Amino acid sequence: MKKIIVQLNKTFDNRVRLGIMSMLMVNDWVDFTTLRDLLELSDGRLASHIKALEEEQFIEVRKQFVGRKPNTSYRATKAGKKAFTDHLDALERMIKGVKE
Amino acid sequence: MTQHQKSHLDALSEIRSLMERSSRFISLSGLSGVAAGTFALIGAALIYVYFGIVPFEGKSLYYALAPATSKWGMHYLTFLMVNGGLVLISALAAGIFFTTRKARHKGQKIWGPLTQRLLINLAIPLATGGIFCLALFKHGYVGLMAPATLIFYGLSLVNASKYTLNDVRYLGISEILLGLLAMFNLGYGLEFWALGFGVLHIIYGLLMYFKYEREALA
Repeated sequence: MKKIIVQLNKTFDNRVRLGIMSMLMVNDWVDFTTLRDLLELSDGRLASHIKALEEEQFIEVRKQFVGRKPNTSYRATKAGKKAFTDHLDALERMIKGVKE
Repeated sequence: MTQHQKSHLDALSEIRSLMERSSRFISLSGLSGVAAGTFALIGAALIYVYFGIVPFEGKSLYYALAPATSKWGMHYLTFLMVNGGLVLISALAAGIFFTTRKARHKGQKIWGPLTQRLLINLAIPLATGGIFCLALFKHGYVGLMAPATLIFYGLSLVNASKYTLNDVRYLGISEILLGLLAMFNLGYGLEFWALGFGVLHIIYGLLMYFKYEREALA
């Protein structure tokens, strides 16, 4: 049991970060507004969690202009996808372990 | 189940929901399918009445009958175009109405990147089919048009299903099978057409409605 807990990634021990990664797993680039609206967060809270994921190099940032408006999008990195998949596997094993 | 495991389960179901809501347009309403199917059946019924033919009664070549028929003060081409146009407009209007209602309920945006992606992927095979059918018409293969519309519509649905409810895929496959069957039974175009665009839409719409919407709206 101890071994499984080790495999759960601390970075994802938070609903918001879990949510951000979920969306980036199934989409290519997702912009800030879309993340904010689907997660129903304030700009500030979302930004702080994005920063945490960026520091782990689980996501990458792209800033560009759409017309005259700046637009910031995010994408999961290879390392981020790997870490998230491992985290999900660990979660699944924990739940299955209970049912047996 | 302990508190801990319960929270893991919650996390997993939230992940699944966010993955789905961020990548697929899941607000497509089953009721719009029922409405589209009903309008298609009314349209088909009007065609039978106009040409004075009975469904499944021998191979009535309605397109051979057509040039000789003129009823309700309308030339047959005008009638077919008005009829088709009305079916299309009422089906679209009902579709937009029910889908907007469901999107509001689900908190999904009706017009956004997801809808655009869905429509583009629906439109590519559909437009190809439309142009293909125009060519069939031009070369006089009128009897192949009904099966061809069913096949291309089915292919469009299969393609679009990646961007919306996965069940749309099975509707698409049914339309393709029906179209292929019609291809080998020429002369029953209108019957197959009514089955594909009318009956299948209604069955699919009802299945979707009972699977996803009934308890959600109640």
